[in-house]
Amino acid sequence: MIKFIKTFLFLFLISAISSFSNAAEKSEKPLNPGWSFKGFFGTFDRASLQRGYQVYTEVCSACHSIKYLSYRNLGEPGGPGFSKEQVKIIASQFEVTDGPNSEGDMFTRPARPSDSFVSPYPNEQAATAANGGAYPPDMSVLVKARSGGADYIYSLLVGYQNPPSGISLDDGVYYNKYMSGNKIKMANPLSDGLVEYADGTEATADQMARDIVTFLAWAAEPHMEARHKIGFRAILYLLIITLLVYFGMKKVWSRVETKV
Amino acid sequence: MSDHEFTPKSKFGKWFNDRLPILTLGNHLTEYPTPKNLNYWWTFGGILTFCLIAQIVTGVILGMHYVAHADLAFKSVEHIMRDVNYGWLIRYVHANGASMFFLAVYIHIFRALYYGSYKSPREIIWIIGMIIYFLMMMTAFMGYVLPWGQMSFWGATVITNLFSAIPIFGEAITNWLWGGYAVDNPTLTRFFSLHYLLPFLILGLVVLHIWALHVPGNNNPIGIDIKKPSKDTVPFHPYIVIKDLFALLIFLIVFAFFVFYSPNILGHADNYIEANPMVTPAHIVPEWYLLPFYAILRSVPDKLLGVIAMFASIFVLVILPWLDTSKVRSAIFRPIYKQLYWFLVADVIILGYMGAMPAEGTYLLIARVATAYYFIHFLFILPFLGKREKTLDVPLNITEPVLGGGSTNPSMTKNQKEKI
Repeated sequence: MIKFIKTFLFLFLISAISSFSNAAEKSEKPLNPGWSFKGFFGTFDRASLQRGYQVYTEVCSACHSIKYLSYRNLGEPGGPGFSKEQVKIIASQFEVTDGPNSEGDMFTRPARPSDSFVSPYPNEQAATAANGGAYPPDMSVLVKARSGGADYIYSLLVGYQNPPSGISLDDGVYYNKYMSGNKIKMANPLSDGLVEYADGTEATADQMARDIVTFLAWAAEPHMEARHKIGFRAILYLLIITLLVYFGMKKVWSRVETKV
Repeated sequence: MSDHEFTPKSKFGKWFNDRLPILTLGNHLTEYPTPKNLNYWWTFGGILTFCLIAQIVTGVILGMHYVAHADLAFKSVEHIMRDVNYGWLIRYVHANGASMFFLAVYIHIFRALYYGSYKSPREIIWIIGMIIYFLMMMTAFMGYVLPWGQMSFWGATVITNLFSAIPIFGEAITNWLWGGYAVDNPTLTRFFSLHYLLPFLILGLVVLHIWALHVPGNNNPIGIDIKKPSKDTVPFHPYIVIKDLFALLIFLIVFAFFVFYSPNILGHADNYIEANPMVTPAHIVPEWYLLPFYAILRSVPDKLLGVIAMFASIFVLVILPWLDTSKVRSAIFRPIYKQLYWFLVADVIILGYMGAMPAEGTYLLIARVATAYYFIHFLFILPFLGKREKTLDVPLNITEPVLGGGSTNPSMTKNQKEKI
């Protein structure tokens, strides 16, 4: 048993080392501002999620869709925690195309909580054309679709700089410390005081970056809180039953001389 | 252990069992004499059976909600993650389950390599195992394509393109595989169909694998033939059942950490970007468990030879029982083989690491050396070593090494010595 564990740890160490050196490949290491949703008991900061939603609607949603999110999600457990009424009001502020009706015509109506988030452009081509040939990616699973996740997106949002001397940028291209290749077609989207937070929090660029990233982390993984909670219980249960089975095994094997 | 034996009590039970003795088949399984010195490396057979069943169960449920269509696949996966009750759990168990399955199968295979479990009379068990392993890789590869993310699409493109290296028929074969002139919807639908089919073939082969195992019985850490049943064996139930269960539970704790706390760490971030034939990812890498083969493929400069080398790397394993000429099974009694074994383990880990790196410069050079060593180990060292190696004295039975001299049963040891 001891030997088994030793060998296992040895192999684990080797693979861990190789995966770390793999991660160290990136030129600029993303910042880690500390997230409430990381760790074994990580939960989302409700107020931050609500502010993040505000940043998304007032800033990001001008270009970025978030099509796998529905308005009803905003009121579901583990999310921003808007009330049912608030969700209805939020949804009704958007117009969706529905139909065809009994006359065969398409019509527009205010969105309902069951509708998915309205996208700024009708399709990917339109979005690309309107943004100088760079498609603003859908934000539904953006946090999971970038290595570095939340840290990376936060770093990118606060990583805009003037290009170092010797680097010339084309029109509509910006310099970002954390973008691979350092060139990004999105202008710095955040600046101090860009939005006026409903809860009175001071809207610094850094605060907005934290809030929007929290919101996007939730959007990518709306059941994360449930996962953490169930995971803790599942592992606790497994540990207890493992211990019981271990003693059972010892008892059974005490009938033969071999050790287990 | 006949007191444990189950006999059908009811009239119907007796009638049925006389015609199909499936009710008393359990007696064979519970009493199956197992060497009592099996260590924890032997528990992975049971763990693998669990993995296969877990993959089938979660997979069948996912299949109820997944849509195999190029325009809808990615969306349906998000639907599973967001709207299906506990869909996130089922999908994360299935996705990480594939990795855990391979982790277990690699331990299982390397255990067999260390203790010589592939040698006579267990060649058929080994070959069936290798077929299972090959089917597992195919199944996993096709499963990775189904979410229709960027890595799905480009992984499928790279791997299916390998067949174009075949002379004359290459292009026709790739077009036939794709169902068109590129990886597209027809490719996705057939991959889904096959991904659903292959696990059941694996299940059938697992039954044969266990059946073939139950003919000679388990090998054991000291790799000797033992009398069955004897003082050296214990009945499968309850001894091995509870030990396997204990090991499985520990395995499940590791599994649960992945599923609940880092469910995406083993996957590639790019696979959360919907497939786009117009945008090629910076690095196309397969899942970690296929990396050593990917490294072998890329380390050969010629495409066709690379493909041949990749398939040959699995084929040398199939014919391993005849490449290893040593009569002694366990590495415990083969001092040189024991060291070379760890060289091979390191070699395969290095290959896996190089498979994840870009194929250029030093990386490529190391990958080439590691590939060469892989084949040298199996094709040259093993046949030669078996004839030359000075092995240590192999004990006559299990009780002897366990008790340090076999003091409890000296007569038996003596008898066996006289026989030789």
